[in-house]
Amino acid sequence: MNTQNIKTIYSKELKSYFNSPVAYIVMIVFMVISGFLFTVSFFQINTASMREFFGSFFIQLVLFVVFIPAITMRSFSEEKKQGTLELLLTKPVTDIELILGKYLSALTLVIFTLIPTIFYFIVIKLIGPIPFWPFMTSLLGFILMSAFFIGIGVFVSSLTENQIIAFIVSVLICLFFFLLGKLLVVFPPSMVSVFEYVTTDYHLSNISRGVIDSRVLIYYFSMIFFTLFLTKVSLESRKW
Amino acid sequence: MSIKVNNLTKYYGNNLAVDNISFEAKKGEILGFLGPNGAGKSTTMKIITTYLPPTSGTVSVDGFDVEEKSLDVRKKLGYLPELNPLYYDMNVVDYLDYIAALDGIPKSDIRKKREEMIKVCGLETMRKKDIGTLSKGFKQRVGLAQAMINNPDVLILDEPTSGLDPNQIIEIRNLIKKLGKEKTVILSTHILSEVTATCNRVIIINKGKIVADGTPEELQGRSKGQSLVILEVKNNCDKNAISGSLKDIRTVNKVEFVKDTGDSFIFNIYGDKGVDLREVISTKVNSQGATLLSMQAKHSTLEDIFRELTK
Repeated sequence: MNTQNIKTIYSKELKSYFNSPVAYIVMIVFMVISGFLFTVSFFQINTASMREFFGSFFIQLVLFVVFIPAITMRSFSEEKKQGTLELLLTKPVTDIELILGKYLSALTLVIFTLIPTIFYFIVIKLIGPIPFWPFMTSLLGFILMSAFFIGIGVFVSSLTENQIIAFIVSVLICLFFFLLGKLLVVFPPSMVSVFEYVTTDYHLSNISRGVIDSRVLIYYFSMIFFTLFLTKVSLESRKW
Repeated sequence: MSIKVNNLTKYYGNNLAVDNISFEAKKGEILGFLGPNGAGKSTTMKIITTYLPPTSGTVSVDGFDVEEKSLDVRKKLGYLPELNPLYYDMNVVDYLDYIAALDGIPKSDIRKKREEMIKVCGLETMRKKDIGTLSKGFKQRVGLAQAMINNPDVLILDEPTSGLDPNQIIEIRNLIKKLGKEKTVILSTHILSEVTATCNRVIIINKGKIVADGTPEELQGRSKGQSLVILEVKNNCDKNAISGSLKDIRTVNKVEFVKDTGDSFIFNIYGDKGVDLREVISTKVNSQGATLLSMQAKHSTLEDIFRELTK
């Protein structure tokens, strides 16, 4: 693997996010929504904690189910539609380098989007005691979750040349993984422990409590690996 | 031999796109791929450029197999895909720098290479413009600059002049001819005059098969067509007598009266392949006491051959 190639694709992709309105819309809307929810929960609950913020169903839904598919929808679809995929895949660049460059640039954009949460933490810190560690692990949980869902989005976008279809299908798949955890209550107790491991919610709430369990890391990294692997298979399907 | 294609066959599902073709191309050759739409030109190019694998057969570029040494092949190649895909939201300089980096050109050389391409392709005034806002001709030049920026040994150009105006076509052709001296160039087209103007070798493909391979001159000589002379005589004679006496010539197959222009008669005279009829016709016309105004020998063109072979 040639890291120089990944870097070249990564910086081009990141630049094109910021050349189009996508990056700004996502970042600004997220800032507005999160700022609003933060302020409301901050004054309502009157405790120095960010648990309500990170645990907010709405914030999670917007970020994981709407914004991430919106960010990833064009990554491969647009290349397919414009025919530039053929151009890229006949350059001395491997499929994996191309996928990683695109994947990492989307991940970077999401991390940029999450930066404002650090300011919320600082604001609370100025007023009252708030533990640093749970905040860090919650943020890490959000990033890991995003990393998984970006993998889904990139994979789906490699399946179609239509961005809208890529968006809708990614939303549905992300929604499925996202809601599965919330719906666990309807399963019989004997099955819960099995399903629990598959759901993202279980791991996210675990990590938010400040516990970095190796099972959680294994879960996310294997899911990310799996989605990237599927993307590679999808790119190779032209050869079948 | 820089490109070697051996018994190449390609199926798309159950559709046969390329049917057991073999050919070779060497340095200094500008090879024209000619054929009707859907003949398998683009598919063959996609296989040479490693985008698609062959179903069977082998293809190698500078000794590297397209399947096993795909990355080595790609380093040797410059490729302009069909429809010239570009990033419309990038400007010319950023785009060429991106492509140069992907081609593995060291960072310190990128600027130099890019400026060289901008100069060669006449893009000086378009440097900072978004590619999407450029005219078709300039987009095509950006596409060519992209294909050549790594100074490749082998250039694969899929319809390089499509959509250009006549002046631009001539410019691009001259550029290709210049480059072709020290490279191997394969270009596909369905414009016949392009082949005669730029290529020193032609391969005609039809329904996935090679139906002709040779220099444009050789192919023209291979035509089954007959020779044709267009004759114009002053109308102070009997047109039936003229045509009757012309039919007596042994090598003439058919005499066709075309029209009476008011003061002259025009005939099409068809003769055996490769025979110049002009001398005998002139003698005949004089012996009939008619006044010869003009005579023009028509050679069979590549168009005739193309139609014969791909019908």
